[in-house]
Amino acid sequence: MATTTLAPGAALPRSGFAYWLAGWLTTTDHKRIGILYLVNSFLFFLLGGVLAVGVRTELAVPGLQFLGEAGYNQIFTMHATAMLFLFIIPILAGLGNYIVPLQIGAADMAFPRINALSFWLLPVGGALMFGGYFFGGTASAGWTNYVPITAKAFSPQAGQDLWIVGLLLIGTSSILGGINFLATIFKLRAPGMTLMRLPIFVWTMLVTSVLVVFATPVLASALIMLFIDRNYGGHFFDPAAGGQAILWQNVFWFYSHPAVYIMILPAMGVISEVLPVFSRKPLFGYRAFVLATVAIGALGFSVWAHHMFTTGAVYLPFFSFMTFLIAVPTGVKMFNWLATLFRGKLSFPTPMLFALGFLSMFLIGGINGAFSASVPVDFAIQDTYWIVAHIHYVLFGGSVFGLFAGVYYWFPKIFGVRLHEGWGKTHFVLQFIGTNLAFFPMHTLGLMGMPRRIADYSPDAGWNELNLLSTIGAYTLATAIVPFLWNVFISLRSAREAGDDPWEGNTLEWATTSPPPPYNFEALPPIRSERPLFDLRHRPTVNAAESAGEARS
Amino acid sequence: MTASTEIMTAAPHALAPHADEGARRGTDTTLVGVLLFITSEVMFFAGLFAAYFAAKVSHAGPWPPPGYHIEIEIAIALLAILLTSSLTMEMALRSIRKGNRAGMVRWTGATLALGSIFLVGQLYDYWLLDFGITGLDAGGEALDAVYGSVFYTLTGFHGAHVFGGVFAIGIMLLRGLGGQFSPRHHAAIEGVSWYWHFVDIVWIALVTTLYVLPLLGV
Repeated sequence: MATTTLAPGAALPRSGFAYWLAGWLTTTDHKRIGILYLVNSFLFFLLGGVLAVGVRTELAVPGLQFLGEAGYNQIFTMHATAMLFLFIIPILAGLGNYIVPLQIGAADMAFPRINALSFWLLPVGGALMFGGYFFGGTASAGWTNYVPITAKAFSPQAGQDLWIVGLLLIGTSSILGGINFLATIFKLRAPGMTLMRLPIFVWTMLVTSVLVVFATPVLASALIMLFIDRNYGGHFFDPAAGGQAILWQNVFWFYSHPAVYIMILPAMGVISEVLPVFSRKPLFGYRAFVLATVAIGALGFSVWAHHMFTTGAVYLPFFSFMTFLIAVPTGVKMFNWLATLFRGKLSFPTPMLFALGFLSMFLIGGINGAFSASVPVDFAIQDTYWIVAHIHYVLFGGSVFGLFAGVYYWFPKIFGVRLHEGWGKTHFVLQFIGTNLAFFPMHTLGLMGMPRRIADYSPDAGWNELNLLSTIGAYTLATAIVPFLWNVFISLRSAREAGDDPWEGNTLEWATTSPPPPYNFEALPPIRSERPLFDLRHRPTVNAAESAGEARS
Repeated sequence: MTASTEIMTAAPHALAPHADEGARRGTDTTLVGVLLFITSEVMFFAGLFAAYFAAKVSHAGPWPPPGYHIEIEIAIALLAILLTSSLTMEMALRSIRKGNRAGMVRWTGATLALGSIFLVGQLYDYWLLDFGITGLDAGGEALDAVYGSVFYTLTGFHGAHVFGGVFAIGIMLLRGLGGQFSPRHHAAIEGVSWYWHFVDIVWIALVTTLYVLPLLGV
């Protein structure tokens, strides 16, 4: 009897499916939680992708073919919902969850159980949002959820309320995650890792987390007000009772513009890790890059109303000026990256290709965005396909390319095996072609006046060929994911062991085994710069001298 | 094992379990988390306050609109209760810092009681008011109805936070009764006390915004 009291777990099985499942369901290990984030978000990526194919199929030729207008509204709304809230934001948080503690030499996140909570809120939130399908239809007012379309009178379905509640849960997950990242980065850095020696990816996660902590609660307040309006007879957004419809736009964009940086900054961080490694050079202008990241985060709070130029309710010169201003730190980063490549000893494995894809696609997304910052131009292109082109070049060409750069780069660390290069390059080529085929024609469509969020268009509008081209691009993009999935499948079954440090990386995650053991490190190298492993490999004499000096002191 | 690992083991700089050396310096990690959480809460209330001021500035005529009577005496009485409870919470923290667990339990119990009185008082206040979240019960100008929404949402979410605080203080009380906490280990109490002061400050802001400023004609 005494033995059972001393070892209460002795009777439980230590192997088998139940043990494996319980291990994943109850884990507080940041690496396992990171993998859960990645897998869950990727499933929503596939779902969002299926919906995108649905949208493009309907738009391939004029006329309503297989979706009614109500169905189309649901599909484009849930496409954006899945992609923004259930894929890009959480998958970058998942990558950060796995990588940040490793890069700062910590054993785990600061609050491991809250970390698990952050993850588990996501599938629940996603299920609620999509669950509306079974209760009279999902939300269908677009991901921006503008009132009065979302008022009870125009969106009576329960799916709209489920959307609000689901997004509240996802927002809570984001906030808890942001708090966790900040506490981890502030408090759990290894000895010697000062803030100015943080890997750039950690810096971008830091600024992203600050944005999350400051912006996401404002979205929560907006969602709660909308919920009260819809269900308890509130009048926040009801002009007939003294409320204001424009209030929704202000509060929503106060979150959702910083959210754009929440979606792009970690991707910028990823390619800032990848480009130096495959250029065999340090990142050009580390300090300038850090300052530019902080500046983007700070300025990100002063540009929300550029989404509202045509409402006539915002002070145009200020928001236009601030929007142009935020292009400056972004431009600084562009030159950081280019100067990192300049005269580097370049090699082109798949992560590098995706990082270069990010550079070129994000450049287009930045430039076509600058057009919208100009008030008179924006009045002409507001709510046209130009905006759709812009957001997809930034978020797909930017965030998703950056994400895949990170996936190919860190896959060997996470799973201990390398992905196959040939299939990886096939994936890249298809995705690069598909992106431009799907989204570039949208610029022209926008300038020709095609509005966004329409299910049908006149065959005489002159939009037929470009829409068909865009649909072919969407199918190419859908195809591009097949070699990736196949690659993951065969690589996990292969014996292509990666070793601790397959890329000759710079940062601490490459100083431990692949995959890392529980609590990550047995020993850490001395940290004298933002590239401790480079120092270890190439400047051992400096290290020895410094260590000796430290031993004396 | 690669060559680099050997170099590392030759000069083991820090073992992972001790790698969180930073955590032992400066502010406790838990308290950093609490501070960040309070920051997010400030932003949440900022969104609600923005809605209040948006409704107010777009509203012509007196504010609160005619027919909407709010009980400033009760609000001030509740403020006094919350301010006192902040003091008792601080006394609980000071007690445990000196190792006086019995004192900490007493002061925590007092805070719990005061927080509960606040909640009852707020319910009594709601019971007295003759308007609801949808506006005046007896009709009134349609354009004034938004006042009910902003009033109940702001005060109601504050009340919900008081409730959360009372819940957390209750847990602290139970843990204290169970013999937990010491002069060195009481981050949870300190975190709860910070949160409680924050809830207090929100009520100060609410009394100022909802009750005092309209009296001054602002």
